[in-house]
Amino acid sequence: MSSPTDISGSAPAEVERHSYDVVVIGAGGAGLRAAIAAREAGKRTAIVCKSLFGKAHTVMAEGGIAASMGNVNSKDDWQVHFRDTMRGGKFLNHFRMAELHAKEAPLRVWELETYGALFDRTKEGKISQRNFGGHEYPRLAHVGDRTGLELIRTLQQKVVSLQQEDLREHGDYEARIKVFHECAITELFKAGPDVDSPIAGAFGYWRETGRFLAFEAPSVVLATGGIGKSFKVTSNSWEYTGDGHALALRAGATLLNMEFVQFHPTGMVWPPSVKGILVTESVRGDGGVLRNSEGKRFMFDYIPDVFRTQYAETEEEGDRWYTDPDNNKRPPELLPRDEVARAINSEVKAGRGSPAGGVFLDVSTRLKAEDIIKKLPSMHHQFKELADVDITKEPMEVGPTCHYVMGGVEVDPDSAQSRVPGLYAAGEVAGGMHGSNRLGGNSLSDLLVFGKRAGDHAALYAHSLRNAPPAVTDAQIEAATRAALAPFLIEDRPNVERENAYTIHAELQQTMNDLVGIIRKADEIELALKKLDDLRSRAAVASVEGGREFNPGWHLAIDLQNMLLISECIARAALAREESRGGHTRDDFPGMNPEWRKLNLVLATDTPTGLRDSQSRITLVKQEVPAMRADLLELFDPNELQKYLTDAELPASVAAAASDAPADQPQRG
Amino acid sequence: MAYDAKFRVWRGDAYEGDLQDYSVEVNEGEVVLDIIHRLQATQAGDLAVRWNCKAGKCGSCSAEINGRPRLLCMTRMSTFDEAETITVTPLRTFPVIRDLVTDVSYNYEKAREIPSFAPPEGVAPGDYRMAQIDVERSQEFRKCIECFLCNNVCHVIRDHEDNKQNFAGPRFLMRVAELDMHPLDAVDRQKQAQDDHGLGYCNITKCCTEVCPEHIKITDNALIPMKERVADRKFDPVVWLGSKIGLAKGSGRAKAPTTKP
Repeated sequence: MSSPTDISGSAPAEVERHSYDVVVIGAGGAGLRAAIAAREAGKRTAIVCKSLFGKAHTVMAEGGIAASMGNVNSKDDWQVHFRDTMRGGKFLNHFRMAELHAKEAPLRVWELETYGALFDRTKEGKISQRNFGGHEYPRLAHVGDRTGLELIRTLQQKVVSLQQEDLREHGDYEARIKVFHECAITELFKAGPDVDSPIAGAFGYWRETGRFLAFEAPSVVLATGGIGKSFKVTSNSWEYTGDGHALALRAGATLLNMEFVQFHPTGMVWPPSVKGILVTESVRGDGGVLRNSEGKRFMFDYIPDVFRTQYAETEEEGDRWYTDPDNNKRPPELLPRDEVARAINSEVKAGRGSPAGGVFLDVSTRLKAEDIIKKLPSMHHQFKELADVDITKEPMEVGPTCHYVMGGVEVDPDSAQSRVPGLYAAGEVAGGMHGSNRLGGNSLSDLLVFGKRAGDHAALYAHSLRNAPPAVTDAQIEAATRAALAPFLIEDRPNVERENAYTIHAELQQTMNDLVGIIRKADEIELALKKLDDLRSRAAVASVEGGREFNPGWHLAIDLQNMLLISECIARAALAREESRGGHTRDDFPGMNPEWRKLNLVLATDTPTGLRDSQSRITLVKQEVPAMRADLLELFDPNELQKYLTDAELPASVAAAASDAPADQPQRG
Repeated sequence: MAYDAKFRVWRGDAYEGDLQDYSVEVNEGEVVLDIIHRLQATQAGDLAVRWNCKAGKCGSCSAEINGRPRLLCMTRMSTFDEAETITVTPLRTFPVIRDLVTDVSYNYEKAREIPSFAPPEGVAPGDYRMAQIDVERSQEFRKCIECFLCNNVCHVIRDHEDNKQNFAGPRFLMRVAELDMHPLDAVDRQKQAQDDHGLGYCNITKCCTEVCPEHIKITDNALIPMKERVADRKFDPVVWLGSKIGLAKGSGRAKAPTTKP
């Protein structure tokens, strides 16, 4: 093995070179669906992912895929789904994304069956659909509580079937679609230094050997997922280091509304080592109730005004809803996630928490043991194996866990393209679709809908450049190589106190958890920004022991820079938004402010070259949220619109209708 | 509650390596993967280990603990005596890359050799109809998280490197069974299982079932029924005659390619 700091083995001439039409970064649901689309459009496609093929974070998704197929309740349609999604996001969603998502989700789910997916069925043999928080009708296509695994395996197997097609037609499995697994992308290449200079390719390393590789490609699709590894208590895996967010920002794309981070209400809280692991919302969808230490179903005390007309006011009505949803309102355990997470947080703070600092989630009182094992097999398994708790007999202890970032790359809704030509983003890394809070089940459908769109448009764009593909220069490759090797070179620098990347990472997680967590205050966020500054200078001298072959210490040192950059974006946006909405709660600015609903917070860098630059500064500007089309506005009750929009935004007809029925008086049952 | 445990972890690469001793803190409720992570953070920054979800859902952190194939994230420290020395080694059936990370590409090559799901002709997306009871058989096998512990423990390839070429291992024989039992799959899988993927090598010792962290009954529900169907066909005179005169299931359909080298 060569010495890790030996740059001679990494000269541009020795870096592995690849040329593709479309490079997809990330192999979760969005990445694989994008790659399938690009390959089916006839383009040579590379899939690059940090883990083994089939291990992406999508496997963790439990509950289901939201799609208004109407298999269980025929009243469901895309309009109802659209309405639920906008409500869940507190009207900050890009309306066009929410519209496309609601319209296309059923097509994307049905398509999975043609790839071999096996969803749970209704009595008529159709795809079964289950209830979930914020969804008016049973809407989530599911496979027990392992829907994400089914999704990833199905797409993985579809990719394999395309490779088998390649073998038949070209004698090579990888003629038109190849998976580069355990390969991390560290930089994007651009054809110039300006914001609108097009994408030229990407740079990365093989985790196994530490060797570098450079891709030349006119189209790059970011499908890298989220940022949860910057928080201490999280349901996210090690991969969630905000790579795509950071790559996009450095390449000149903009990030939208990074302050909105979803804390899933139900993560495990005991034992300490599993704190944060997800407990699916299906537990509540299938009848689980939340109780505090006094045995009270506290969610009835936390129904916010905007949702009051849609949720049951009494336990009796909530209970009746499970068997007679047409004549009863749903229980408040099924409020959107942000509401439930805040409620649990308040109960624990008020001293009514469980022994391990959560609350109790109990499904054993409503379902028979055999039904629990059938409907929630992996929850049953997870609690039994990791916590010695039998959920068919006793309640679980649960509390909020960092789960998802609504903020992400600002994209054109129809094409998924960022403001950088040739750079696309789909899935969790993209922003706008979910507004300030994502509904459960809307993530898997988002991956499929916008993954396909990103792949289709990336292929079209690559086609338009087929006679003049952008090129990557040796200087760019050299710069990227130097940046990647920097952690090995710290030791050679005189008078530098070495830092440990693992220690810095732990401090970052504690900082974000404590100071930019579920409840925020200006002075705490300011303190977090100071600490991030300090951590950044320490991360710059984080050194690595050992060589370049499968060295997690080195990988972390590189990923840490992305986490720090994105954490700063989150903190900056969280400080700027002086209201509370969805996944952003300000103790010093409680309540939603319709004036703020009109504004997106947009982050950018002043050095949009694609490459790392320690002198870069992040800028933050306010930008108007696109106004919803009139035909979509009409889908809402005037009273409801008035709770979110300013008077000036209300259409004349709505304003007139609303004045007849004042919205401020909650309708009590 | 916390104590220092004695760990022996295999460190090395494809060329050389040995077990190294560590003493490392253990806290209540922790699993072996927590301890490996603590080693990384405090004593061995470059210790290579695969992991992702830490919840038994992704199948990345497969290794051998005291010689038994396990997921590191689902093995609780409370199952060991505090005085016990815990030995963690990489999967034995696959070549070592570094420390606890092995080259599992055998599994991906075998996955490619199984002809994919063939959708039924003339059924539009959205029109698929299947009964729950019929999908459940294949659903059991689709619980597989591809940790490859079953392939790792299977003696057909664990102790006989040369069998790897002709044997897909329990994981992918189960995949064939899954497709065979898929209510709408349009390909004949039974002959493939025997001729192309080495079903005959399996002598149902059930080691695969024993190590499956998802508790899938690989042998009883996937491999044995496949074997029975293959045998039924081979020795059924009607089927034999049908195949001779071109009436057997699948004979009129386009066959997926056989990719055996």
